[in-house]
Amino acid sequence: MKARVYVTLKRGVLDPQGKTVCASLHQLGYREVTDVRIGKCMEITLGGLPRREAEQRLKSMCEKLLANTVIEDYRFEIYEE
Amino acid sequence: MKFGIVVFPGSNCDHDVYHVAKHVLGHEAAFLWHKDTSFAGIDCVVLPGGFAHGDYLRAGAIARFSPIMKAVEAFAARGGLVFGICNGFQVLSEAGLLPGALMCNAGLKYVCRDVFLRVERQDTPFTARIKQGTVLKLPVGHGEGCYYAPEEILKELEEKRQVVFRYCDAGGQVTADSNPNGSLRGIAGVCNARGNVLGLMPHPDRCAEEVLGNAQGRRLFDSIVYAWELARRQRI
Repeated sequence: MKARVYVTLKRGVLDPQGKTVCASLHQLGYREVTDVRIGKCMEITLGGLPRREAEQRLKSMCEKLLANTVIEDYRFEIYEE
Repeated sequence: MKFGIVVFPGSNCDHDVYHVAKHVLGHEAAFLWHKDTSFAGIDCVVLPGGFAHGDYLRAGAIARFSPIMKAVEAFAARGGLVFGICNGFQVLSEAGLLPGALMCNAGLKYVCRDVFLRVERQDTPFTARIKQGTVLKLPVGHGEGCYYAPEEILKELEEKRQVVFRYCDAGGQVTADSNPNGSLRGIAGVCNARGNVLGLMPHPDRCAEEVLGNAQGRRLFDSIVYAWELARRQRI
């Protein structure tokens, strides 16, 4: 079982990296881009857990370590390879 | 007085703090390994600058789970003095011992230079010998020093006077130009509500003696010693 965890900055939190990438896309002619927000994507391999329990464990991992909930939101998806 | 300096894998200012405590101030100092689960006889715990656990994931995110942190939390809960400098501030905020978070600098670059700081209050153990409004010059060296907290927390910090230092210009004015990293409200250092835990991005440990061309950082360490002696006399 695998999980993909996405950690992104909360709305309203300044993302200077995203702003810089947005400006760069504009320079390359992609004028339709109105905003870029950069986050993290983590691929986690899990062993021997029922799906429900895996969801609870992942939530706990995100709250405890993977995301700083002062500044970041998280979401995850569980999938089989 | 005895300073305890936490050493994480990746700490790199631990010896700077040790030197200031032991050789500049003439007090006792001991290193506390991050895997230790307890310590005794320490009057002030310092979390030094560096890149604890490589700053992986987020600065301080992994260090906050080092075994010593439980003892640091208990020490702080008993009213013990805890001082996080730079990476130490990041660890304390990740641990929830201080409010807010330290994010990537607004200019995206690592900033390494002298900055001016305005001391916002004298009634903390860390500023006991520095008048409110004093402007200090200290060096910064960080890539993730942009202080962020949600609006309601910022409001609470101001109400409870937990902002102890702000970036300012040489005249003490808090301006956008004098802010090296985009920190909200120019915040460079905050304390907890009780005032016994302080986090500060600039480095007083790097400018605590004249031979380094600047001894202004010593004023924070002198304050800590002064406040500790005052508290000790009150206990006797």
